[in-house]
Amino acid sequence: MEITWQTIAFAAFAVMTLGGGLMVVLSRNLWHSALFLMLSLFGTSGLFVLLVAPFLAAVQVLVYIGAIAILVLFAIMLTRRMMGLEETQNTQWPAAAAVALVLFLILFVTVSPLVDEQWFKDILGGDKKDGLGQRISTLNADLPVDPDAKDSGVVANEDLNIVTVEAIGEALVTRDGFVLPFELASILLTAALIGAIVVAREDEA
Amino acid sequence: MVPLWFYLVVSAALFAIGAYGALARRNAIAIVMSVELMLNAANINLVAFWRYLNPFEINGQIFAAFVFIVAAAEAAVGLALIIAIYRSRQTVIVEDVNMLKW
Repeated sequence: MEITWQTIAFAAFAVMTLGGGLMVVLSRNLWHSALFLMLSLFGTSGLFVLLVAPFLAAVQVLVYIGAIAILVLFAIMLTRRMMGLEETQNTQWPAAAAVALVLFLILFVTVSPLVDEQWFKDILGGDKKDGLGQRISTLNADLPVDPDAKDSGVVANEDLNIVTVEAIGEALVTRDGFVLPFELASILLTAALIGAIVVAREDEA
Repeated sequence: MVPLWFYLVVSAALFAIGAYGALARRNAIAIVMSVELMLNAANINLVAFWRYLNPFEINGQIFAAFVFIVAAAEAAVGLALIIAIYRSRQTVIVEDVNMLKW
């Protein structure tokens, strides 16, 4: 696999996402944590663009950065006295680090079959296909295939129909689509809105 | 094109970072931020699998959109709870809010 602009962009967004995430967790200043959260969310949005999901990338910026991160900033300002803590991590942080590491290793071992066949065998010049790579190929057997990754069986970006906002909106309100979960989501959001107001409201005494 | 496992590894790493934050941070707002990181990791996974396994169906993107909805609801209620706790106990340190612990 040669280095393409996609690889470079992926590396940049991955560094943004993971570096931002790491700083969210490790930064001593909570305000900086929130700003790094925005950086991490923006990196995720870039990954969505690379995955040809422009609608989700836009929603990521609007909802996550525009609403949730701003909400977090407001919460930090409302609890301002808590910003300058001496100790930002509790006493069980070594155990937490171990749990996180084990979790990552489990997840990595789970995806490792993919790692072997599609990366190292490409590098070593092998062309053996098995496991998930084979299944991807058979799933998309009659579809045009990305010329950059001949053996992977993945559909090329150029041959993809971009999922438009129109298509998503239609899927959300048609009976064969997702109208029931859509309505349930509305109820959930209404309940969360009312609940948040009731919980955070000052008692008028 | 970048192989699928790149995205899966990034997502796994982001999830592990979020899990560490949720377990190790003392400030409740930092814990909420870590949970958001974990939700994001799940979303990267959902969209990556949609793109690589079944890009001609819309389901994967809809699934990710519902994760957005749940994340927004979770953040709103969580932060409201934190503000309510701060108002009544003047702290958002989770170790100091242990009335339900016996």
